[in-house]
Amino acid sequence: MSEPESDRMIESEPGRSGASGRTPRAGRGRHDDDAPPEEIVAIPLRHPWRNVVAVLLVLGLAVFVLDAAQRADYGWPDVGKYIFDRRISQAAWVTLWLTVYSMIGAIVIGLLLAIMRLSPNPVLKSIAWLYIWIFRGTPVYVQLVFWGIVSLIYPVFTLGIPFMEPWVTIPNEVFTNLFITAVIGLALNEAAYMSEIVRAGLLSVDQGQEEASTALAMSWGQTMRYVVVPQAMKIIIPPTGNEVISMLKTTSLVAAIPLSIDLYGVSRGISAVTFTPVPLLIVASLWYLLFTSILMVGQHFIEKRFSRGTGRVKTGKEPATPGPAATAVPGGPTPPIGTDFGGKG
Amino acid sequence: MTDAPMVLAERVSKNFGTNKVLRGISLEVDPGEVLCIVGPSGSGKSTFLRCINHLERVDGGRLSVDGQLVGYRQKGDKLYELKLKEAAFQRQEIGMVFQRFNLFPHLTAVENIILAPMRVKGISKAKATARAMELLERVGLGDKGDAYPAHLSGGQQQRVAIARALAMDPKLMLFDEPTSALDPELVGEVLDVMKELAKSGMTMIVVTHEMGFAREVADTLVFMDEGVVVEAGPPREILSNPQHDRTRTFLSKVL
Repeated sequence: MSEPESDRMIESEPGRSGASGRTPRAGRGRHDDDAPPEEIVAIPLRHPWRNVVAVLLVLGLAVFVLDAAQRADYGWPDVGKYIFDRRISQAAWVTLWLTVYSMIGAIVIGLLLAIMRLSPNPVLKSIAWLYIWIFRGTPVYVQLVFWGIVSLIYPVFTLGIPFMEPWVTIPNEVFTNLFITAVIGLALNEAAYMSEIVRAGLLSVDQGQEEASTALAMSWGQTMRYVVVPQAMKIIIPPTGNEVISMLKTTSLVAAIPLSIDLYGVSRGISAVTFTPVPLLIVASLWYLLFTSILMVGQHFIEKRFSRGTGRVKTGKEPATPGPAATAVPGGPTPPIGTDFGGKG
Repeated sequence: MTDAPMVLAERVSKNFGTNKVLRGISLEVDPGEVLCIVGPSGSGKSTFLRCINHLERVDGGRLSVDGQLVGYRQKGDKLYELKLKEAAFQRQEIGMVFQRFNLFPHLTAVENIILAPMRVKGISKAKATARAMELLERVGLGDKGDAYPAHLSGGQQQRVAIARALAMDPKLMLFDEPTSALDPELVGEVLDVMKELAKSGMTMIVVTHEMGFAREVADTLVFMDEGVVVEAGPPREILSNPQHDRTRTFLSKVL
């Protein structure tokens, strides 16, 4: 069916059959066994609207940038003044640690919840389901407000048998420390999402892997640790990277607790005094962008590390990669990777 | 107890829900014997094999390996299900090779082989690695130690899987259709390794469709259909002079 059509296409090209000196219908296939097939010389399909749209977008962007550069409300001198302000960089540090601690907590609790949901025990399953239902079903802002006032509901922690004199009584110092409250609030919420990611990862590992490991007399724990989890990581890492980036930005909601020593909280605090909200929003955004950019680079290296043996990565001196990847994430604005993205700041 | 059978099955039965997969399998495998099981798909061959190392629970009858009841402990006239740890301990003596190899894709060939000896038996990495290299040499892959499974052909993967099972020094090897997932030209290299293993005196139970292999290597050939042993005996006799209609029908299709 396609044969005559392609012939027609070539014939319709003016002058071409004359130049090659033979009719295309007879020529191809039989006599050209040695010579490479002739290339099709055709006028490519034009896409004029694509170009028009592209030009319009670039023009629009240029107008916006030129206008913004001159508009006083953006307060560019203030951006320059506050971008490396000590209060801002310290607040950025707080945001970074809020993210790190919350994510560590979320991953640990998430792993536990995922294993509970996959367990044959119906009680464990239901509890995990209930947890996820509640923490994923209510807004994180509302949860943070709740954790902020939890020290009023439970002024003291007691340990003992109900209706009897408690053995131990500790004043509630956990929830009066706002930083710890923020970490707990963020971690408990994020754990619900992490558990689903971990569960998907564990389920993605072929059943035969667990069987082979069991047949080798390895225990359930060993099977998980050495066989299933390392393979599940390949599925778990990319969405977890997204969650880390998302968490970095969600930390700005700790204002609900109310904790105000994080990046957004401090920039708001400064702008409340100087009456320059826009420059400080830009400053905060640039710091958030810097961190998310660094996290993206770190994620790239970790993904590479865990795709070993899948054929996508050449085997070789792999152990070298976790080094730079590991330092890139907690290292913050360090010279080698930081400078690439620091240009934005 | 030198003459005790390595595997003794007495009316072993297994159900998946209402589906009776095994309806009373009785057979004996002596130490050093090679037993081949053939039969149409769905006849319960693989399930029986998986019962032997307790990947599936036996529902009825008695199944013992090397004089020990599989999956249960008898105390007086009561049976107790084994703890997971005890079941794992029993499996140390039984190696298994799967149809789809089931190598661990994130580990190299050597790492695949040394994992269980190190974690289960507590053998040092140096010792386990030396042994792994010996085993790889034995299956003809001495130069592939550092290769990941994805970079090996199916036949090579299956030979690594055999080496991995052998690394636990099993007394009994189970093969679940070890060549069914292979390209035809790769079947020979795996069968050669298995032949060598049989010659070395290993007790083996092989579920297979390779009639040539069964004829040449097996001491006993078992034909299973619909969860029962239809016919068992020396392979030449069964292949050339089957006694049952079902065996004849099956053989006429595969030979």
